Amino acid sequence: MQFMLLFSRQGKLRLQKWYIPLSDTQKKKISREVIQMVLARKPKMCSFLEWRDLKIVYKRYASLYFCCAVEDQENELITLEIIHRYVELLDKYFGSVCELDIIFNFEKAYYILDEFILGGEAQETSKKNVLKAIEQADMLQEEAEAPRSVLEEIGLT
Amino acid sequence: MPAPIRLRELIRTIRTARTQAEEREMIQKECAAIRSSFREEDNTYRCRNVAKLLYMHMLGYPAHFGQLECLKLIASQKFTDKRIGYLGAMLLLDERQDVHLLMTNCIKNDLNHSTQYVQGLALCTLGCMGSSEMCRDLAGEVEKLLKTSNSYLRKKAALCAVHVIRKVPELMEMFLPATKNLLSEKNHGVLHTSVVLLTEMCERSPDMLSHFRKNEKLVPQLVRILKNLIMSGYSPEHDVSGISDPFLQVRILRLLRILGRGDDDSSEAMNDILAQVATNTETSKNVGNAILYETVLTIMDIKSESGLRVLAINILGRFLLNNDKNIRYVALTSLLKTVQTDHNAVQRHRSTIVDCLKDLDVSIKRRAMELSFALVNGNNIRGMMKELLYFLDSCDPEFKADCASGVFLAAEKYAPSKRWHIDTIMRVLTTAGSYVRDDSVPNLIQLITNSVEMHAYTVQRLYKAILDDISQQPLVQVASWCIGEYGDLLVSGQCEEEEPIQVTEDEVLDVLEGLLVSNLSTPVTRGYSLTAIMKLSTRFSSVNRIKKVVSIYGSSIDVELQQRAVEYNALFKKYDHMRPALLERMPIMEKTATNGPTEIVQTNGETESSVLDTKHPATVPQPANQANDLLDLLGGNDVVPVIQTALPTKPASAGGELLDLLGDLSLTGGPTPAPAPSVPISQPPFLLDGLSSQPLFNDVAAGIPPMTAYNKNGLKIEFTFERSNPNPNIAVITIHASNSTEADMTDFVFQAAVPKTFQLQLLSPSSNIVPALNQGTVTQVIRVLNPQKQQLRMRIKLTYTYKGSPVQDLAEVNNFPPQSWQ
Repeated sequence: MQFMLLFSRQGKLRLQKWYIPLSDTQKKKISREVIQMVLARKPKMCSFLEWRDLKIVYKRYASLYFCCAVEDQENELITLEIIHRYVELLDKYFGSVCELDIIFNFEKAYYILDEFILGGEAQETSKKNVLKAIEQADMLQEEAEAPRSVLEEIGLT
Repeated sequence: MPAPIRLRELIRTIRTARTQAEEREMIQKECAAIRSSFREEDNTYRCRNVAKLLYMHMLGYPAHFGQLECLKLIASQKFTDKRIGYLGAMLLLDERQDVHLLMTNCIKNDLNHSTQYVQGLALCTLGCMGSSEMCRDLAGEVEKLLKTSNSYLRKKAALCAVHVIRKVPELMEMFLPATKNLLSEKNHGVLHTSVVLLTEMCERSPDMLSHFRKNEKLVPQLVRILKNLIMSGYSPEHDVSGISDPFLQVRILRLLRILGRGDDDSSEAMNDILAQVATNTETSKNVGNAILYETVLTIMDIKSESGLRVLAINILGRFLLNNDKNIRYVALTSLLKTVQTDHNAVQRHRSTIVDCLKDLDVSIKRRAMELSFALVNGNNIRGMMKELLYFLDSCDPEFKADCASGVFLAAEKYAPSKRWHIDTIMRVLTTAGSYVRDDSVPNLIQLITNSVEMHAYTVQRLYKAILDDISQQPLVQVASWCIGEYGDLLVSGQCEEEEPIQVTEDEVLDVLEGLLVSNLSTPVTRGYSLTAIMKLSTRFSSVNRIKKVVSIYGSSIDVELQQRAVEYNALFKKYDHMRPALLERMPIMEKTATNGPTEIVQTNGETESSVLDTKHPATVPQPANQANDLLDLLGGNDVVPVIQTALPTKPASAGGELLDLLGDLSLTGGPTPAPAPSVPISQPPFLLDGLSSQPLFNDVAAGIPPMTAYNKNGLKIEFTFERSNPNPNIAVITIHASNSTEADMTDFVFQAAVPKTFQLQLLSPSSNIVPALNQGTVTQVIRVLNPQKQQLRMRIKLTYTYKGSPVQDLAEVNNFPPQSWQ
């Protein structure tokens, strides 16, 4: 996978993960182009697009488009499964995930993605293991934060 | 200083903005606050501030001033800080900036951290955006982690190694030892990432590939793992719609593909498992089809046995009928890849593929179009072309150019008749005329020139077409050229194929002049029409009108037109004596395309029997008696009967006069007579062989000298030799019979017999009259197969009628030059 984009039906970017080195301007340009292309697709069309030398695999879940750019030799059908797996993970984590969850907790969405995919390839094929790792990391974070946030509440920072 | 607002708070606030301007204002305010907070080196809230910055970055606002802060967060001891810091690094930093190198030390430390989640963060960041320098520095650490027993880290290290190898391929060797027992892991995460790592190594280095094939015996290991996945019962942890770990299955199949490619042993070892997966995988959901798809790709790429390949194509055929358009799409893509190698198998699904031309999806339509063109052949050309022309009419503009080119190519290769060919070209020009590629215009003109008997028909149809519409430039250009060339045929109403139209010279000139002045015509088109008008000066009688037009354009602003007009003017004034010669009818043009002459012959008129029939010559019973006589004469046993093809009924020959590349009937005068199906084909039985043995294509410079085989009573028979190019054991002899007496020799028949070890094939002669006084020769081609390279001997028998009486003679030919049979 070269990059993954999540965006709304209005074309607002909700998550962007790049696995190839590009400058900010290039990323912006590519995102705009790809988003435009995918939003122009009619519902009856298939989930695959050719763009430059890559294949764009996309799927819409409620109000969010999940879009991956993969190389020519990748299996498009299994990429659809990868996208679906990611949605399932988000769903399990947030409990019936919706777009707002991803907007307000975007950093968590990234953490989950990073436990599932590394360098563009899936690192863990068991849903349970990914969620367990996130859970543990979250706990680690809470342990570190817990005392401080109490003090914060009182105003004694 | 009040605590900076929390992330969620900020997000909520920004979302209340009703306009872009309002949002920008909020963002700018917050950025200012964050900047001052950074300046104060506030450790407590750095994390929160960077998180907010990342949010604003996602909205499209600049956030580069946070880059160094990310590095500080990474260096912090707090897990929360590290988490956001690494995320920020992956989002804000890129390897082009030197700043990122500052991360290297932190990552190195974190790779050795006591908490695996910190190690995980470091591995993730390195594997996602590590530059080559970073990879070089940290490869050792990654390699160490690749050998750990902690599967959480091991799987991440494997993918990190993949990234390192992609960035710095020379480092691949160093990971080799660690791969030794990767596949004996039970953990699916490690298995999956290990297969990815092995795939990367095998793809990059042929040495690695053969190492893994032979020394590590990777194939049996993979087969075993795959088998377990399929056979084992339900495993809740890895199950997806009833299939156990489809991600791992697909990756294994892909690695097997690489291992089996070009290697017989490996391919054989995986044959069974591939068949098993292909037949046992559940196809009701996308997951199963994803695995089948990968399996098909693997089967087609390795050296699989034919049964397996047929199974694969049939799976694709089933995919084509699937309701899910995604499945149809991948089926078409795969079929396109295999259509060259497994052509017949794919042909079976032709009608389904043609149906896909009507699909709503653009990508599916494109693939269906490409595949349809690949499947066109001599048998299905009419049906396929009907579908493709219909598609051309209704498809999107982005397809029209490719489709038009494809139609032209297919028509050229497989046109069943000249008339059909011209009609097809006309159809394309009139429906998609503006999308036709520029280089098609000269190709079409050449094609039209070479279809001599269709000239009148063609020019008439083109004329009618541009009366309707002059906006499509390629159509107009071809039409102008043809009118210029064949305007005389148009005016004289000579068309045979359809009702000739009545048109006067003035009307034609009106049309051409109209093109010159129209706004729709491009400069190139104007050039064509001016030249066409000029050419008509030798074909029409209204020369004065033409002179006038030409002189007007002598002062045209268009330099090209002006030049042409001036030169044509000069032609009228000073060089009028040269005009007829310069403007006369174009000769047949040499075909320069890569299609060999064999292809041209296939476009012969329908009055000739179809191409396929020429491969099965019907031998006429008539020569049988003569052959028997010959056998008797030569004492029976050591003689092989001659295969003789019968005399042609049409004037055009197949024997020696193939200097006329097209074998075009009308060039030898007059339209062809009605076909007589009972008469066997006059062309050589092996069309391709026959042509390749013609003098033109053979290496005459082989330098075998000609010889006189017979010279008696005024009849002289000379033999000339060529070597048949594809097969050096075949000697191709052309006989030239000439007659020096004062009367013709009619009903001339030449027969030959050779010893048993040879095989002889006699092709049809050019004619059966040897004209008197050496006014011409009869030629005939003999092909002798001499596999044992023995000395060539031949008995010949000549029969003819001379001055009313039959003459017959036998002779032996022994003076063959050694080169002809060695």
